[in-house]
Amino acid sequence: MSLQYIGLNEINGPLVVLDHVQNASYDEMVELKCKDGTTRLGRIVQIEGERVIIQVFEGTNSLSLSNTKTRLLGHPMELPVSKEILGRVFSGAGKPIDGLGEIYAEKSMDINGLPLNPVSRVYPRNYINTGISSIDCLTTLIRGQKLPIFSGSGLPHNQLAVQIVKQAKVADDEGKGFGVVFAAMGVTNDVAEYFRRSFEEAGVMERVVMFLNLSNDPIIERILTPKCALTAAEYLAFEHDMHILVIYTDVTSYCEALREFSSSKGEIPGRKGYPGYLYSDLASLYERAGISKSAKGSVTQIPILTMPNNDITHPVPDLTGYITEGQITLDSELNAMGVYPPVSILPSLSRLMKDGIGEGYTRADHSAVSNQLFAAYAHVQDVKSLTSVIGEDELSTVDRKYMEFGRLFEKHFINQGFDTNRSIEETLDLGWTLLSVLPKGELDRIDNAVLEQFYDHEKAVAQFNLVEEGTIRELQQAVQNG
Amino acid sequence: MENVIYSINGPVVTVKDTDDFSMLEMVYVGNARLIGEVISIKKEFTTIQVYETTTGLQPGEPVYSTGQPISVTLGPGILRNIFDGIERPLEEIAKDAGAFIPIGSHVAPLDKDKLWDVTLTVKVGDQLKGGDIYATIPETDLITHKCMVSPYLKGEVVEVKENGQYKIDDVIMKLKDEKGQIIDFTLTQKWPIKQARPVHKRLPISMPLITGQRVIDTLFPIAKGGTAAIPGGFGTGKTMTQHQLAKWCDADIIVYVGCGERGNEMTQVLEEFRELIDPKSNKPLTDRTVLIANTSNMPVAAREASIYTGVTLAEYYRDMGYHVAIMADSTSRWAEALREISGRLEEMPAEEGFPAYLPSRLSQFYERAGYMDNLNGTKGSVTIIGAVSPQGADFSEPVTQNTKRFVRTFWALDKALAYARHYFAINWNQSYSEYIPDLERWFNKNVDSKFLRDRQELQSILAEETKLMEIVKLMGSDVLPDDQKLIIEIAKLIRVGYLQQNAFHPDDTYVPLEKQLKMMEVILYLNKRGKEIVSANKPIRLIMDTGIFDKVVKMKYDVPNNNLDLFDNYYKDIDEAIASIR
Repeated sequence: MSLQYIGLNEINGPLVVLDHVQNASYDEMVELKCKDGTTRLGRIVQIEGERVIIQVFEGTNSLSLSNTKTRLLGHPMELPVSKEILGRVFSGAGKPIDGLGEIYAEKSMDINGLPLNPVSRVYPRNYINTGISSIDCLTTLIRGQKLPIFSGSGLPHNQLAVQIVKQAKVADDEGKGFGVVFAAMGVTNDVAEYFRRSFEEAGVMERVVMFLNLSNDPIIERILTPKCALTAAEYLAFEHDMHILVIYTDVTSYCEALREFSSSKGEIPGRKGYPGYLYSDLASLYERAGISKSAKGSVTQIPILTMPNNDITHPVPDLTGYITEGQITLDSELNAMGVYPPVSILPSLSRLMKDGIGEGYTRADHSAVSNQLFAAYAHVQDVKSLTSVIGEDELSTVDRKYMEFGRLFEKHFINQGFDTNRSIEETLDLGWTLLSVLPKGELDRIDNAVLEQFYDHEKAVAQFNLVEEGTIRELQQAVQNG
Repeated sequence: MENVIYSINGPVVTVKDTDDFSMLEMVYVGNARLIGEVISIKKEFTTIQVYETTTGLQPGEPVYSTGQPISVTLGPGILRNIFDGIERPLEEIAKDAGAFIPIGSHVAPLDKDKLWDVTLTVKVGDQLKGGDIYATIPETDLITHKCMVSPYLKGEVVEVKENGQYKIDDVIMKLKDEKGQIIDFTLTQKWPIKQARPVHKRLPISMPLITGQRVIDTLFPIAKGGTAAIPGGFGTGKTMTQHQLAKWCDADIIVYVGCGERGNEMTQVLEEFRELIDPKSNKPLTDRTVLIANTSNMPVAAREASIYTGVTLAEYYRDMGYHVAIMADSTSRWAEALREISGRLEEMPAEEGFPAYLPSRLSQFYERAGYMDNLNGTKGSVTIIGAVSPQGADFSEPVTQNTKRFVRTFWALDKALAYARHYFAINWNQSYSEYIPDLERWFNKNVDSKFLRDRQELQSILAEETKLMEIVKLMGSDVLPDDQKLIIEIAKLIRVGYLQQNAFHPDDTYVPLEKQLKMMEVILYLNKRGKEIVSANKPIRLIMDTGIFDKVVKMKYDVPNNNLDLFDNYYKDIDEAIASIR
């Protein structure tokens, strides 16, 4: 039998203060009963003697100092889990909202989780074939990785995430199948609906757990949403040996909720008003990706975040980039050109790909192709900026080849379309054909032996209808000669 | 009166109205006995930072004093081990508690049951002072562990055990000090992590730390006992650089501190180092390595301690006469831990929310590096290589700027180079090393007097190129006269063929100084012959067309490290190519 406290001492934004509380423990859950009989959940975020500060998840609307009864629940925030959660829809705080009733819980798990011991981790090596060339070849997704999509407003990050879910295949399958945990944080109803419909169309709905905190839902609940989602993911991965892909969108809204909460608590702000512990807080989400030695399943994360004003140095993408193992960056310029997916190659990176590609995983020549594509495309950018000053006609012969390569690369390699699913062989062969547009001497990242095996200029000429420099000159002469 | 918790805010708890605690003392907090440290004492409140998550803690739970500062246990068994930020062995925790790290686990840092082969090196009647060695133990196949008298103790040996097998807590020797008190000595000692271990004196820097990485050894060398910082935005290869250095540098012992970084990365270090063989001794690299892993999701206060734990272990092995290198990845996370705790204490922030004492903490850390004459007469060094993760890759932020004041080697990683997959992405215009004058004698004596001269020439060409590129960016390279085109081409050769190094290529991942010198010589020879062509008013395109540049650029792959005579062929090839033009 637990004590109930009548009344509150102070209400400030999402926080309420309660005095003369006995035996409160840090991070404990509380239940607040309003006048109209509804209950709300809250969490103790600070204790000073007998005075406790409680964060109310569903907001403090219509609470008053006298009409509220508070009860301590005696445990930290927990999520009831069982295998039944597959196919269900929950609120951001883990309550079922699909009208199918409560979960018959097998157990309750602390949503904060515990850090996975580095010695118990398995280093991720198995690549996930997404069927998207720009990801498979250049920023390979590895099972157990956390690879965010850095996007901006108006960019098709949601389509890309859906395409990944639709097409993802793992090379081998020791675990008992594949599941998706989807968490929406502050996204619109339309976006959540788009994901639900797409999962249905892809035929994976019974393998999806959804946590929805939409943009009109209480902001403090948003802070719990990814934690609930990851707890569900860990449960399915580490107790039921499933391979779980966690997609959560939008991390920027999550961080804004955190900022709002922090400022109402009166904390000293760090960069752009975000709390000083933003790094640690984000890390406590992202680091929950991985593979444990004690289970066969895995947790792979694709967080989606929109960069305010497309600024990659904004604290949210910046701190994220320092924690995650690479990033897939989308570019509005490519999008405007009609390229889908508009993956900006140069700032994109997968840190784990080096150990998950090559002989035995993808193909022996994979790292050679991807390194050379990166180097060549980086040079294309230099040539482009030069072109904007002196014009394309003044370029040297080699640089003109690079311009040609850059155009073909964007048109054929990056731009692949929502419905095209390319195998890794197709992707790598296409990479080679594109590289063969360039003179052999320019391909300085590749071992001679490999180069001899794959370089095929004729094929490139035939496939892309290239016109050789020599031919142009002959034609020009033919015209002059009349 | 029992001391009890008054308030809790994240990792910070306070105790009211007590004077039982001293500053920086280690305390146990709550019924779970979480480890904490006293960080401020006021008349009314004593503030404690807790090294574990405080979920479930209640006001009124007890706080126990230990009377000691936060210390580490030093003794055999440190090498090959992996610890968290406060020296708890992660392997043991995993055996005890499974895959996840529970709250309040209490595991002894070193294995108490393992028997070590101890050879005692003192006899009854010997006078010993602080730092003197009284026993040796083969800790791994590579490293002999030396048990030393704790720095501030001295006395006469009154009892010595036979050589034989002992556990770490067995008493193997007794000293009688000046006051006639008997002190027991086991295989271990304790040392507070925030206090530097004393030495006899600091020695001048004189040897390079050889890493086998061309851009470092040649252009921006670091000395044994020196300090270096690697700043870079995310994805520029800080961690890769640290891994390469940990694998290949010629220190005797590596302390690798993963401070607030990724869990998968630490797993990778663990796996890779077990498989990798040290080229000099043919033993696994783990035999000379100790890892400290405090990943970003482990408690923030222990992250702050991990850097000090690492450097204390390094100093302990230095006192035995070893050259130790400590890699700290990343010091920015450590600075952020300071900021986070400072914010919870509601201290007045200085720049960007960092506490005002950030520079002094940084300097205290970097000043623990050095080449030292130890108390026992041996000589050893601690080299500190710290990664810095500047926010938004902006080097003007406080951690990078303050670090720059205290380190003498600066390897600035460049996003543009990393985007082009040029590794190491060390920008040759922004980086520097102040150790070159100190190391001049060593290079002249042990490599060749040509080495530093060639280095200077390489750097001049690169500097020249940077200036020319300004013009090229505006008007294209066609407008340049041929002598400047040659500089551009040679600089490209240096960048691609020399500075860029492939960590995954069996030969290119480690390049001995001798090969570095020979490569420089070939490049500079080509430069010399190229200038002859230019001064004979022949266009530079003719040399390019011979394909000699394409051949020289690949010499890093084509010449194996064990057959450097092949370099002679390149002179022939260059001569032939030049001759074919005339």
